[in-house]
Amino acid sequence: MSRTAERILKGVLHLLFITPFVALLAGAFMGKLGANPVEVLTHETGEWALRLLILVLMVTPLRKLTGWNWMVRQRRMIGLYGFFYVVCHLTTYVWLDQFFDLETIFEDIVKRPYITVGFSAFLLLIPLAATSNNAMVKRLGARRWRALHRAAYVAALLGVVHFLWLVKADLREPLVYASVLGVFLCARLPWRTMLDKRKANALKSASN
Amino acid sequence: MLIKKPNSILPSEITTPEMYFGRRRFLRDASGAMLIATVPGLAWHSPATASAAVQLGAAANPAYKVDAPLSAKEDVTGYNNFYEFGTGKSDPKEYSQDFKTTPWTIEVGGHCDKPGSYNYEDLVSPHKLEERIYRFRCVEAWSMVVPWVGIPLADMLKRFAPNSKAKYVAFETLNDPVQMPGQRRPVLEWPYVEGLRIDEAMHPLTLMTVGVFGEQLPTQNGAPLRLIVPWKYGFKSIKSIVRITFTEEEPPTSWNNAAAREYGFYSNVNPGKDHPRWSQKKERSIGDSFFTPKKPTLMFNGYADEVAGLYTGMDLSRYF
Repeated sequence: MSRTAERILKGVLHLLFITPFVALLAGAFMGKLGANPVEVLTHETGEWALRLLILVLMVTPLRKLTGWNWMVRQRRMIGLYGFFYVVCHLTTYVWLDQFFDLETIFEDIVKRPYITVGFSAFLLLIPLAATSNNAMVKRLGARRWRALHRAAYVAALLGVVHFLWLVKADLREPLVYASVLGVFLCARLPWRTMLDKRKANALKSASN
Repeated sequence: MLIKKPNSILPSEITTPEMYFGRRRFLRDASGAMLIATVPGLAWHSPATASAAVQLGAAANPAYKVDAPLSAKEDVTGYNNFYEFGTGKSDPKEYSQDFKTTPWTIEVGGHCDKPGSYNYEDLVSPHKLEERIYRFRCVEAWSMVVPWVGIPLADMLKRFAPNSKAKYVAFETLNDPVQMPGQRRPVLEWPYVEGLRIDEAMHPLTLMTVGVFGEQLPTQNGAPLRLIVPWKYGFKSIKSIVRITFTEEEPPTSWNNAAAREYGFYSNVNPGKDHPRWSQKKERSIGDSFFTPKKPTLMFNGYADEVAGLYTGMDLSRYF
């Protein structure tokens, strides 16, 4: 992809990813978020965080399928926007929902499994966000950096469980995210190695 | 298979799985978000339906007032949990517009001397309607202040002459997946059922409700008649009632069937008994500004003086 094309792509992606945030902010100030705006803010920032985190995990499988490398170069931005929405989600909860009532927040984190899981996902994402720049990649070295950033899968999984566990009865939406994530987790299994091993075993038993 | 050169495939051609699986929702969100960002003053709420709601002419009962201001009618009639019409808060209003509430028959039976099929007019017209302002508290930890119109349930139930075997009263909602699209999926077991102990049903606070804001109940609020039991979580206030049965044993209730650990038979509002997955100590008052903190939840939703006596000696953390 040419440099100009990539610049344009980056610009478009920036616009795309910041739009939900701007729309929510605008909606909040214009009183257009319905009867329970804090709930809408919490829910929407959470959903966008989850979507972006899963989008990040889609990049490598897609590259393996299509050979498109330019997507890999956008992955950092997607991941950081995901983290941005996680921070918005947490801020909405701490500020607008709980009004910085630290005692209640602590109790929530400890006593409510879905919040324990959600908060853990956030904690897991902090080192990932902190090591996302080129300097940190150099410092850690490609191997260690890759190993650390595999935690993105765990964070996405925790995010899906967080969603699943907070729903009262209608599991449809969280299950959609669960199945999408499931597909990408499966895509990352070492298929070739497993298939080769199977072939080797079959050959071995055939020759015996 | 035609494999295009990488730089001739536009980013816009890639369908993200989220879009593929959640097309409609994604489009709604994205276009809504785009519209909101680019068109100021866009009406987010659908315009008020111009249907002529029947005025009920009920006298206000001054004994039942709340210190806080009334919730907005738009919120009371637009932010609803009525899973028979969908699980989103705006689904009931959106999908119940064609719901037929006349003719309406209620089957009364069980341990009483005057069982039978009663139609809505038979049930309601002998009574004088009164308006009462009650606090309403959902188990999801939000609340409203609502001016309901109805009659004391006790007055209605007495007409059926329940006998000594009647220890509980069971209620049932209409089961009609054609009119109620939410019933096409087993989100809950249909029909929705609820129940009260006989003394709770006969309590002066318990209201058989036929209207709100001086008008006949909108379909999304449980027309043509529903319970309001203000000291319990909102899901006890069963909507669109078609059956009333006097029973000897504690009747099954839908949310208890769905998740017994989370929703008990009594479901009294109790800040000291958390839902297993969230705290019940505070509640969001619908309509308050962003910068108003949540309110502390009151025991029995502020009706402790009137109802605490029903539960003396009862361990409310066990019988929740």
